[in-house]
Amino acid sequence: MKPFRIGSGAGYSGDRIDPAQDLAERGELDALVFECLAERTIALAQLRRSHDPQSGYDPLLKERMRAVLPACARQGFKVITNMGAAHPRAAGQAVLEIARELHLTGLRVAVVTGDDVLAWMREHDVPLLESDRTVRSLGAHLISANAYLGAEALLPALQTGADVVITGRVADPALFLAPLMHQFGWKASDWQRLGQGIVVGHLLECAAQVSGGYIADPGRVDVPRLADVGFPLAEVQADGRAVITKLEGTGGRVDRLTCTAQLLYELEDPGRYLQPDVVADFSGVRLREEGPDRVAVEGATGHPRPDQLKVTLGYREGFIGEGQISYAGPGARERGELALAVLERRLELLGLKALEHRAEMIGVNAMHGPWLGADREPYEVRVRLAVRTATRAHAQLVGQEVEALYLNGPGGGGGVTQSVREVVAAASALIPREAVRCECQVLEL
Amino acid sequence: MKVRDIAMARSGDKGNRATLSVIAYDPKDYPLLETVLTAERVREHYRDVVRGTVQRYPLPHLGALQFVMNDALAGGVTRSLALDAHGKTLSGAVLDIELEGDPA
Repeated sequence: MKPFRIGSGAGYSGDRIDPAQDLAERGELDALVFECLAERTIALAQLRRSHDPQSGYDPLLKERMRAVLPACARQGFKVITNMGAAHPRAAGQAVLEIARELHLTGLRVAVVTGDDVLAWMREHDVPLLESDRTVRSLGAHLISANAYLGAEALLPALQTGADVVITGRVADPALFLAPLMHQFGWKASDWQRLGQGIVVGHLLECAAQVSGGYIADPGRVDVPRLADVGFPLAEVQADGRAVITKLEGTGGRVDRLTCTAQLLYELEDPGRYLQPDVVADFSGVRLREEGPDRVAVEGATGHPRPDQLKVTLGYREGFIGEGQISYAGPGARERGELALAVLERRLELLGLKALEHRAEMIGVNAMHGPWLGADREPYEVRVRLAVRTATRAHAQLVGQEVEALYLNGPGGGGGVTQSVREVVAAASALIPREAVRCECQVLEL
Repeated sequence: MKVRDIAMARSGDKGNRATLSVIAYDPKDYPLLETVLTAERVREHYRDVVRGTVQRYPLPHLGALQFVMNDALAGGVTRSLALDAHGKTLSGAVLDIELEGDPA
């Protein structure tokens, strides 16, 4: 059987569009997946939807569809994406709108819903993971609750023959696993193949991170034509073995190093990668370079799926006020330290001292704390103060205090910036599988 | 010689935990990394960052070590006051650790 060619069109919501378009045009793809939801993306989308009932999906959805739908219609590959975010139905309508604008005919869009479990979470006071709190403690601050759906929820949509499948929260690798299960008829209890499908999805889900992005270190890891880095695709066999590659003519590289780095990215116990469809086991994965920009992947397996699904809850958690100011030249560090001491005293006077805050110097200790950079003298430093506050007004004081260092602080400070942002935080909980009801609706032109 | 001379690193986030991968450029150098980069050594190096324990998963067939650093992201990406809330830059620090001897 001919391998199934599945491409990765985005590794996050704001990712580049032209490499996805290139993949769509030249990739001879069977499926193109766009993974665009980070932890709190849905909560932020939910806030947008509360202001505008027709929004709530990925802000780049229309632009992406404009870029790839012509090739999709011409070649017949599937587009699968979680760009539905907080409003998959509106996203489905938006896709049809673009199809009409492009004068495409016969396009079918399947919308998968069911990830939104906010109502259930409000009725059941379950514990928050990694915390001693429960869902109820979030009270009115709770904005969204979305269960991570699996490939199982996407299969009915693929079975309708839809060209585009749009969802909200789905486990990222499951977006890739679903079309593989559909194509090859893998059973939902075939843990070995599902594990191998998950490793393919995991390798592709961050797009260029497997094909030369986020790895260059000049002189050690050189990446050809990084500015033109191509997005990856996998050629997957019916038994799950796969080759990760990219299109000829694109920048970047696909080799043992790039694939190992992505295989391990955000992975905890390699033997137990929890997914809605399977507990994938990457501990025996082998990567073999089989040609230029071609890496064969095999050896993943899996164990029976968990009984519960993970849920991400988005909630409001006050505000963060921040201000920054730079010092440069001889004594920059000492003047920066004096500025921090002044700010600490000012926080005390303003009554903000007790709140959680960070006072640090970019260029010295802002990334990894004081110890690691202690023996190096910077030419310039950037003082940074960030404070978590309950109100926007208090958060504004933080930047104002940093700005006041112009006239009231140490000599030679410059380049003040200040910001206030509302914090939308994310927490996790578990939900019994049977409490999540998925639906699939097909929209036609 | 430092870790940077024989390996690359990448970090990522999971809630309030940071993951750290150290990958030998040449798999032949992996045993040296495994000897030097114990979970304790890594925890000591990240003393200002990591509040919890560090687990290490050796993956000799990949020439890589995987670390999970608990309570390392100031409460997690979505609420942290840190400039690099994801802890993406954490990978840079491990490269600075001194290795005894020469690469195999």
